[in-house]
Amino acid sequence: MAGQDTPRIALKDVDIGYRGKPVQSGISVDIAAGEVFAIVGDSGSGKSTLLKNMVGLLTPLKGSIRFDGKTLTEAGRTNDGGNGPPPFGILFQGGALWSSMTLLENVMMPMEMHSHGDPAGYEMLARFKLALVGLAGHEERYPASLSGGMRKRAALARALALDPAVLFLDEPSAGLDPLSSRRLDELVLSLRDGLGITVVLVTHELESLYSIADRMLFLDGEVHRPTALGPPAELARNADSDKVREFLSRRGISSSPSSSSSQEVHS
Amino acid sequence: MNLDLKREDDGLVLSVPDGGMDPAGATKALDGLSLPDTDGISRLRIEAPENWKWGTGDAAFLAALLQRLPKKDGDPVALEGVPKDLAKLLELARTAPAAKEAPQKPTGLRKHLGLWALGEWAEIRAMLTLIGEVVLRLPRFLTGRAMVRRNEVIDVLAESSVRALAIVGIVNLLMGSILAFVGAVQLKAFGAGLYVADLVGIASVRELAPVMTAIVLAGRTGASFAARIATMQGNEEIDALTTLGVPPEEFLVLPRVVALSLLMPLLYVYACALSLIGGLLVATTMMDLTATAYMVETQGAIKSANFVIGGLKAFVFGAMVALIGCRCGLRAGRSAADVGQATTAAVVNAIVAIIAVDALFAVCANALGV
Repeated sequence: MAGQDTPRIALKDVDIGYRGKPVQSGISVDIAAGEVFAIVGDSGSGKSTLLKNMVGLLTPLKGSIRFDGKTLTEAGRTNDGGNGPPPFGILFQGGALWSSMTLLENVMMPMEMHSHGDPAGYEMLARFKLALVGLAGHEERYPASLSGGMRKRAALARALALDPAVLFLDEPSAGLDPLSSRRLDELVLSLRDGLGITVVLVTHELESLYSIADRMLFLDGEVHRPTALGPPAELARNADSDKVREFLSRRGISSSPSSSSSQEVHS
Repeated sequence: MNLDLKREDDGLVLSVPDGGMDPAGATKALDGLSLPDTDGISRLRIEAPENWKWGTGDAAFLAALLQRLPKKDGDPVALEGVPKDLAKLLELARTAPAAKEAPQKPTGLRKHLGLWALGEWAEIRAMLTLIGEVVLRLPRFLTGRAMVRRNEVIDVLAESSVRALAIVGIVNLLMGSILAFVGAVQLKAFGAGLYVADLVGIASVRELAPVMTAIVLAGRTGASFAARIATMQGNEEIDALTTLGVPPEEFLVLPRVVALSLLMPLLYVYACALSLIGGLLVATTMMDLTATAYMVETQGAIKSANFVIGGLKAFVFGAMVALIGCRCGLRAGRSAADVGQATTAAVVNAIVAIIAVDALFAVCANALGV
């Protein structure tokens, strides 16, 4: 996956935060084309904030974020009159489908906004993208009539509408049952393998993390900087930070039966 | 409740009563607790009845007691003789990481005033930016290059026109009638009943029709814009637009501003007609005026300048209602309560702005002598 000269996404000395106050500082990482890269961390550590900075919804306090060596603006993502299609698609945590449109319209909309080809082709393309995520036959349904898993799939189809080189997923498994979550993971992997997309995901789900992520970045909410970068399984064994190793090993909780025997406790 | 707390070497012994700790009684006992004169306690032993079924009241009491005991050389007090699960719970309460402190809120009137002023200034700048964005994108819209969906534009047009006809019609018909009633009573006393037509005509065309129509649209369409956009904000739909390179100002705001600016003058003409009809109905039924006399008098009273001023007001009010509605929606937070607040703010701000701008129009018209 890695090995190309220019990384697909390059973060250099990035500080992120709100109103000038950094939430995370000194984030530097290169993400290779075709890599599945996970952003992990404790609650409130700034995972979603980093994602929002990467897609241009927020501006980094410091540092640069580049796609194929270009800034987001150079890559076509500006909000002025001449903006082109973004170099990425994004799956929001709640799906964020446009509720007044059918699934087909949701997927067609980005094409209509950015393409100047034959509009008749958009419908065929949109139907294909919906079929890719297993929603063939549901094209005319509205988001409100779908289950959580179907909504995520439809949002994924919309994120793929413009054939992006990078796919951002914000907690894709949130709110899904384990089976739906696993199916979504498999879908992401097959999209990566089939289309060569780079995937960046924010997740809390260790099962997802171990099964699909090539590498992960751990954002520590207490020290406000990344404390680990590497393949999840390797970090679970060898990470320098105890917190990272503990985080990556919490796949189940064992409880010991209570007893009335005395024990010392410190106050 | 009295605490049975005794000294034992370098520690204390606490005897738990048969029924366990009563939280209310234990709190009072803790408040009145007098500790033995000592340089510190190193351990606390609990003597409990054999079948002690401890509850969270006992746990809370022990945690509070341990916190209050003077510690010997700063070392933690060792707790002995408690059930294992209670010990575990106390350890959890002691070691659970405290939630991060929320940023300190400013105190004092000056700081509040300062923050309020900064917030208002930021809001004014944001509103001016939005107006600028809309004006700059207007040529793209007019040449068919803007990022808007035809269906969205048609929906907005229908929402702001056809579906608003009934309410705009009723309000203006009644306003015309009320004006005629009031005028009839007063003018009849001077034998100038015919001038009811002048009163209704000038007041409706110049002031009431544009203002009342704008207020109705602020409560109906402006509120609906704010609620729709605020809901989209909460569902991350606006973020989805932005990340797809579709500016919300162009996709959502521009069609609404254009639609209301263009439709308001048309609604104004309709409102004028209904208001004059209301006046006519009252005048002909109450004052024995003929419809022809009323209409001829109206025709003579209303100068074309009145229509121009009224039409211009309608255009400006339409743009204002749409801009304020959209801005209130765009700045909304992400909770359900924020949608309600955005809707209320859209209506209140729009009505205040309509009346303020109407006053400005009156001053300017007076200065220009029209």
